Amino acid sequence: MSLHLEDPRVIEFDVRTDEMLVNMGPQHPSTHGVLRLLLRTDGEVVSQVIPHLGYLHRCAEKIGENLSLPQWIPYTDRMDYLAGMNMNLGLSLAAEKLMGVEVPAKAQVLRVMIAELGRVASHLVGMGAYGLDLGTFSPFLYAFREREIILDLFEELCGARLTYSYIVPGGVTHDLPAKITIPPGLAQLTGEKPTLQLSWIDACLRFLNWLEKRIPEYHTLLTENQIFIKRTAGLGIMDRETAIDFGCTGPVLRGSGVDHDLRRDGEPIYTRMYQGYQFDIPVAPFAVAPPEAVLGDNWCRFYVRMMEVVQAIRLVRQAIEKYPTAEGTHRIPFKQATKLPRKEVYLETECPRGQMGFYLVGADANNPFRARAKSSSFCNLSVTEKLCEGCLIADIPAIVGSLDIVMGEIDR
Amino acid sequence: MTIQEINARLVEKFGSQITGQNFDNPDPWIEVSVDAIADVARFLKSDPALAFDALNNLTATDWFDADAKKQAKLGDPRIEVVYHLYSYRNKHHAILKVKSPRWRDGVAGQLPQIPTVSSVWAVADWHEREAFDLVGIDFVGHPDLRRILCSEDWQGHPLRKDYEFPLEYHGIRAR
Repeated sequence: MSLHLEDPRVIEFDVRTDEMLVNMGPQHPSTHGVLRLLLRTDGEVVSQVIPHLGYLHRCAEKIGENLSLPQWIPYTDRMDYLAGMNMNLGLSLAAEKLMGVEVPAKAQVLRVMIAELGRVASHLVGMGAYGLDLGTFSPFLYAFREREIILDLFEELCGARLTYSYIVPGGVTHDLPAKITIPPGLAQLTGEKPTLQLSWIDACLRFLNWLEKRIPEYHTLLTENQIFIKRTAGLGIMDRETAIDFGCTGPVLRGSGVDHDLRRDGEPIYTRMYQGYQFDIPVAPFAVAPPEAVLGDNWCRFYVRMMEVVQAIRLVRQAIEKYPTAEGTHRIPFKQATKLPRKEVYLETECPRGQMGFYLVGADANNPFRARAKSSSFCNLSVTEKLCEGCLIADIPAIVGSLDIVMGEIDR
Repeated sequence: MTIQEINARLVEKFGSQITGQNFDNPDPWIEVSVDAIADVARFLKSDPALAFDALNNLTATDWFDADAKKQAKLGDPRIEVVYHLYSYRNKHHAILKVKSPRWRDGVAGQLPQIPTVSSVWAVADWHEREAFDLVGIDFVGHPDLRRILCSEDWQGHPLRKDYEFPLEYHGIRAR
């Protein structure tokens, strides 16, 4: 072995250290919630990472067996609480697949608009929190400033800021409001009067116009930042086969170079929603990647999310264009006392963190006989042990953060 | 490949180990005997025409009801493990099902044994730990079958239909 000073293992020859078991979490700020990682370390080098989960477990699946499907919607909000809209959508579509119904065009346009806006909000947190993990504080503040406006828009839409229960089996709960007061954050940022009255769509468009110009700034702050690149590029490398083998989905899968997105490759009941929309699916490797970046590393996963924000904005704009001419109502009846047929359905949708699946079994009763929520973060986290083998303690937040997990969804 | 073609290929290879099919369900499935599931899984992944490289979901259902009338509608009391597979290479789906008695040898408390598929798909490792934890299935050959969501000393398996929630846990009133 060549003795090179940059090699972390060199220290091992100079200073004798013993193997140590270190608990990282469950209250460690960089574990994105209550995740405990048990590290087996020798000095700074980690030989094994054992994730311990379940701190937020409330057996949502058992709760689901005792509720009708519309009643279970609020519980899905609390799974991936950063993308409640997308969680609602997954269960609603699964319920509709079980019942064999399809919602009108207007409801579908609203669903695309809101789910993609939810994706923007979720990826903003993902971006900000990842910066925080790596020690840069400012992107986090900018991300939350932007997200705040989306939450204000959602609040005008359904009254809730985090746990929306807006997308329900049969459509969405409310149509878009005709007149709202401009969200305070947006008024301040665009220099409008805080009393300005405008339609929800106008407010949304003003926000998108404003947000689009900010994206190059985020790239300057993070993506092209030399410190950020040093911390992310070439670290936590996961090849294509590993990603598929460990059931990784979403940006984690696409960061490893697999061109797969359920909005294009999913089941018809889901892809029909996105028919007639133009959007690209960002997949690593990227031409703009810094020379240090390797396919499937932290940087690629992060950059996939950044590019998805741009695509999500594109989709929201197209949905806004389609909205005035979309036919039908925003909601068709879906009774709580609906007897679920003796069938079994499984449906996955493309949530910001990956493919969230709902498996529903009906048995001629109002409540599902079995309600299963397959979490995308759960599978993405399972690869941690492999990715962190032999890395430095300081790199663990960088690797786990790049998987962008939400514990509410993992523990259910 | 359609599910019918996949089924034909499996029947050709495994014969009577393929115990049934349901093609009328919105998501059609193929039933496999308990003993053959690991071999079938390995074949599904390695056969180039099938190439199921991804396990999207693994879960189990407890088909039990304390009410005899309701149980009659549900069929025999049993545990069903379901495997949702996808092939990134060939872009097709398949669903496998394994039916097992609720308890091994009919003795309540003895978990039914089903061969693990964690050596075929790495993601099955955690999914099987979850199914063991919540539904109570002993995946034979699993490298590390521990509880994953409930705490290590939790009693019982919550998704069993006859599960009784504990009155207290370490002196904390739980119900």
